Amino acid sequence: MPDNPVAPPKIKAAKKMRDLMTTYYLEALGAPENNRLVAWITSGGPVEPLVAMDIIPVYPENHGAMIGSAKMGEDLCAKAEDMGYSGDLCSYARSDIACAVVKGGPIGGLPRPDMLICCNNICGTVLKWYEIQARFFQVPLFIFDTPVCHTGYSSEIAAYVTAQVHEYVAFLEQVTGKKMDPDKMNEVGRLSYEGQRLWQQVLNTTAHKPSPMSAFDAFFFLALIVTLRGTQIAVDFYKDLIDELAQRVKDGIGVVPNETFRLLWDNLPVWHRLKWLSDRFSAHQACLVADTYTSAWCGALKYIDENNFLDSMAEAYTRIYLNIGVDQMAEEVLEMVRFYDVDGLVMHSNRSCKPYSFGQMDIMQIVREKTGIPVLMIEADMVDPRSFSESQIETRIEAFMEIVRLKAGRK
Amino acid sequence: MIYAGIDIGSNTAKAALIKDTTLLGTRVMPTGYHHLKAGTRVFEDLLHQTGLTRSDVGAIVSTGYGRASIDFADKAMTEILCHGAGAHFLDPDIRGVIDVGGQDSKAIALDDQGRVDNFAMNDKCAAGTGRFLEVMANALEVALDQMGDMGLTADHPSKISSICTVFAESEVISMIARQEKRKNIIAGIHDAAAARVAILAAKIRIRDPIMMTGGVAKNPGMTAALEKRLNQPLIISPYCQETGAIGAAVLASRP
Repeated sequence: MPDNPVAPPKIKAAKKMRDLMTTYYLEALGAPENNRLVAWITSGGPVEPLVAMDIIPVYPENHGAMIGSAKMGEDLCAKAEDMGYSGDLCSYARSDIACAVVKGGPIGGLPRPDMLICCNNICGTVLKWYEIQARFFQVPLFIFDTPVCHTGYSSEIAAYVTAQVHEYVAFLEQVTGKKMDPDKMNEVGRLSYEGQRLWQQVLNTTAHKPSPMSAFDAFFFLALIVTLRGTQIAVDFYKDLIDELAQRVKDGIGVVPNETFRLLWDNLPVWHRLKWLSDRFSAHQACLVADTYTSAWCGALKYIDENNFLDSMAEAYTRIYLNIGVDQMAEEVLEMVRFYDVDGLVMHSNRSCKPYSFGQMDIMQIVREKTGIPVLMIEADMVDPRSFSESQIETRIEAFMEIVRLKAGRK
Repeated sequence: MIYAGIDIGSNTAKAALIKDTTLLGTRVMPTGYHHLKAGTRVFEDLLHQTGLTRSDVGAIVSTGYGRASIDFADKAMTEILCHGAGAHFLDPDIRGVIDVGGQDSKAIALDDQGRVDNFAMNDKCAAGTGRFLEVMANALEVALDQMGDMGLTADHPSKISSICTVFAESEVISMIARQEKRKNIIAGIHDAAAARVAILAAKIRIRDPIMMTGGVAKNPGMTAALEKRLNQPLIISPYCQETGAIGAAVLASRP
């Protein structure tokens, strides 16, 4: 196999995004000087009311991803373990808890929060994690509790979560001493909806063959829809990115030279091994065209009323991918297998992320039975490199690709 | 045409030569530190043993953890494909393979043509591998090759609850301190290791008949424990250590 075929041109928007992220973090770090408040919020949390109240949202999980990508996870996780936290605890939580104390990591720690917003639609770990940080920083904590929708969104769940939307707004008004402006809230809601719609469009471009970008690119471009959701900045950026990707499609540029196999990724990225994994698959002319992770930031679009964001937000934030039943998750995976026309599924059994990894065996069986495509399971951790065995994973990828090649040849 | 397979495992290096559907010979030796030297040596010894020379061999496939070190091989392939091909070569009816080697264990599902359909491997942990048994044999001061028979004589198998090799070792040491019978502890060890391997087989819903390969298949206590866990008999590969090398030779014969 050719080891070094001509690399396709890089996606130009990447530089722009780095600049935007730098500006965003500088603004957050300079918040006290500008009399602005900072809220730490969970990645799947309802951020729009914060933006509407001019509070800067900061994401410990995005910070965790940065720590992982910068390969600084091992030291910070070990530090948290020194502090007495279990090695079985999520590596985002461990690195964030350690970072708050030692001010380490790629940006010297996150700006000090004035409040914490914790939504448990992504996991239960965040509850204790945010309680710990609320005690450490001595700041108020708001918990937005979203029951798991195993089979659907019942009227009881709707009433329960909707009530919390109002409590949430009241909490923000109390902390800031300001009233929320409903017009501003509607505007932010529209921008959030628009940003998510555009993000979905970005992801959809990879249905083209060859794919103009890969899931590894999506992991990177994701940062804006997470951190700047509800702003014009995110909307403008994704419009430009879509144009660039459309041009790549038009020019027939594929991100993996001689794309022969298309794969779907499940679970969070292995942040500390993105390049290594990308190279391993590219060497087999395989492109990870899509993933179940980045689509979480547009998967609930169907529940949002763009003209009445605040009221529809309860359902949209409750029915996200990680907060639904395994059968429904499998349905979404099957839909992606069809839409992106993939030859195989790669599942990352993530030692850190229990809600994401639990149920993967069932989803694996369902996908194999309904589509016949090969499924690979690799054990790793999104941030902590100590749970990664290079030679074992390399062997598994090779064997998996041998099977993918065999099966695809049979088609 | 004659084809060769070389399997560099964590403990032993294996070589096999085939001609069409006939197995001409196999050879096993310790791997040691130097993978290429071990591979060269085991291959040349096998040529000598079968009265052949390198020029008689059409193609060579290397496999196992040291597969990339064998620079004179035409191709390197994973041990998963090789064990599948080897088992199919030895018995075309086989639909499942359980391979327990020195540092990993795996379950492989084969389709009706003997091609690998799915597989599962142990995670980054030695539980359920040959290394696990070695560590335990050492703690119990029993020769590895006597462990199997001794375990089969157990009257009341001990229960090992730890899945981690290091923790299981301390559990075994505390059992020794409590003067539990050695044969019972061994039976408990076999069951604990078999339980780990059986999970791999269940993960991919392996079908029978199942062939067991890898050095650990030589341990009758372990195979009995696995048969009990899987609730079905296993076909022990007549070349359990060399099945991967045989499969590599089979794959070398394919264009």
